[in-house]
Amino acid sequence: MNSRPVGQQELLRNEGNGRPQDSVPLLALENVGKHYGNIQALTDVSMAVDKGRVTCVLGDNGAGKSTLIKIIAGLHQHDDGSFRILGEERRLGSPREALDAGIAAVYQDLAVVPLMPIWRNFFLGSELTTGRGPFRRMDVQRMKEITKQELADMGIDLRDVEQPIGQLSGGERQCVAIARAVHFGAKVLILDEPTAALGVKQSGVVLRYILQARDRGLGVIFITHNPHHAFPVGDRFLLLNRGRSIGYYDKKDVTLEDLTAQMSGGAELAELAHELEQLGGHGDVVHQVQAGRADTTTTNRQLD
Amino acid sequence: MTATLTRPTPPDERLGKRSPLSRLLGRPEVGALVGAIVLFIFFAAVAPTFLQPASFATVLYGSSTIGIMAVGVSLLMIGGEFDLSTGVAVISSALTASMFSWYFSVNLWVGVLLALVVSLGIGFLNGWILMKTKLPSFIVTLATFLMLTGLNLGLTRMIGGGVSSPSIASMDGYDSARAVFSASTTIGGVEVRNTVFIWILLVVVASWVLLRTKVGNWIFAVGGDENAARAVGVPVKATKIGLFMAVGFCAWILGMHNLFAFDAVQSGEGVGNEFLYIIAAVIGGCLLTGGYGSAVGGAIGAFIFGMANKGIVYAQWNPDWFKFFLGLMLLLATIVNLFVKRRAELK
Repeated sequence: MNSRPVGQQELLRNEGNGRPQDSVPLLALENVGKHYGNIQALTDVSMAVDKGRVTCVLGDNGAGKSTLIKIIAGLHQHDDGSFRILGEERRLGSPREALDAGIAAVYQDLAVVPLMPIWRNFFLGSELTTGRGPFRRMDVQRMKEITKQELADMGIDLRDVEQPIGQLSGGERQCVAIARAVHFGAKVLILDEPTAALGVKQSGVVLRYILQARDRGLGVIFITHNPHHAFPVGDRFLLLNRGRSIGYYDKKDVTLEDLTAQMSGGAELAELAHELEQLGGHGDVVHQVQAGRADTTTTNRQLD
Repeated sequence: MTATLTRPTPPDERLGKRSPLSRLLGRPEVGALVGAIVLFIFFAAVAPTFLQPASFATVLYGSSTIGIMAVGVSLLMIGGEFDLSTGVAVISSALTASMFSWYFSVNLWVGVLLALVVSLGIGFLNGWILMKTKLPSFIVTLATFLMLTGLNLGLTRMIGGGVSSPSIASMDGYDSARAVFSASTTIGGVEVRNTVFIWILLVVVASWVLLRTKVGNWIFAVGGDENAARAVGVPVKATKIGLFMAVGFCAWILGMHNLFAFDAVQSGEGVGNEFLYIIAAVIGGCLLTGGYGSAVGGAIGAFIFGMANKGIVYAQWNPDWFKFFLGLMLLLATIVNLFVKRRAELK
């Protein structure tokens, strides 16, 4: 069973090699492309994920974010370019293969089975067993204890790990999924729009868990369409538009204003502002965004 | 880092513990249990013979002929799928065993084993087509239901020349197979059919698998949210195909009982029984959409069916009323289930 101590030891061993941190990234994508039939979903996308770093993937709906994570998480295979894990060229055939390679994805909607108890969800697909032969059974007691402990470590204090996970709030559910990935020795954590459906406070909670996962030495891929969520936690930013990379920055080379402006696409925004003004809307707000002066998270959402 | 994140909450701020009563009410089979108790008291009051041990053994036997299949069907429903071919699949299994052994004049046990292979094969095919085509199981198994109905009639006439399979009472292996599939055991002066014990055994095994093994965890998961299950590495295809094969196994046991309780099977039988199995599972608290339910619930559902079926006879009413009764029970039990589940989850 792949539990956290093993994962951490491996990470320590990797660090012990004395390589500079950036020499062999955990994940590296180079000029990756993907098409579904004659539809080109992704073209020439390059990015890297290092341990203890957060790489943010930003883009509007339909920008190719989900295609990109599906390739990394083993749900789809890329058609062009190269995808390397720890320097080794790979093509992942299933989510299971990705998990075995240390890549765990936490999806916005399908992270958990709502009607099942929290502890069953936590260990789903990697159940601990005891006994042998036909009497091989789940080690329920231990699984419950570990679930409680792991969640406590993440700072989530639950009344009862037996309650259906569907009763938890959206943020708590995300956190259970993150804790699960961390426990099972993930080295790379993919978070697919973890804050999209959450309120301001809940989003803050999830962002803190992202930083906590980073501090535990994981490489985090944080997918979002909200630069205000990405900027405070990210170390690197990949911007996608219509399946193409429109920018790949280190944090020191970019500001929140740049990200916001690039995300919303200058020319498109001007057009939108014009249209809204004609319809009697508040086009001036759009102009503010364009000028990089808006600082509310909601303005950007409304434009989606 | 952790210390700063942990909110120092007093333990009871969010309502503390659920009471044992609301915990019990949260179980899937509780609605059915209440229904079963009410029905039992009702028939005990209107039909005094109902309480005699011999009649109770008859009620249990009637329940077991539905209950054996309800075990498989409940598991399948928790796994998020339907099987409409179960009623005729029971007859297909019985026909396979009798016709094969009769036509080739081999020991009946050869036919019995072949029937097992065929039954598991039908289950496998149902599951495999479902997973390949991604069609709803309602459509796939409806097709299987129609095809098996036709095959049962057609092949029986082609091979045996009639609508029922030829008598196998004088063939080798009849007595030993009858002793296994259709014997009775006397307990305290009351004759209890062995199917009752097979039924109870199946319920115990199914409950254990469901609640205490990883396969059980996977069954809940594929029924609750197939995509989430797949994303965390649950073998969805294998689990679902396995569930259909488990239904096939139950159909084999019941088919062998039907065959050896007499010595021949009517090829047109079984149509409509699939609904009885599904009704038993639903009355027992299995959610039609999957992901929730229990094997015990299906058993209680079957027991309700058995009580209503025989109770009407003991009360000396016209059995015409039975279907009405069954429909009413189904409606009441599901409403109670819904109500109880909501109440329990609110607490």
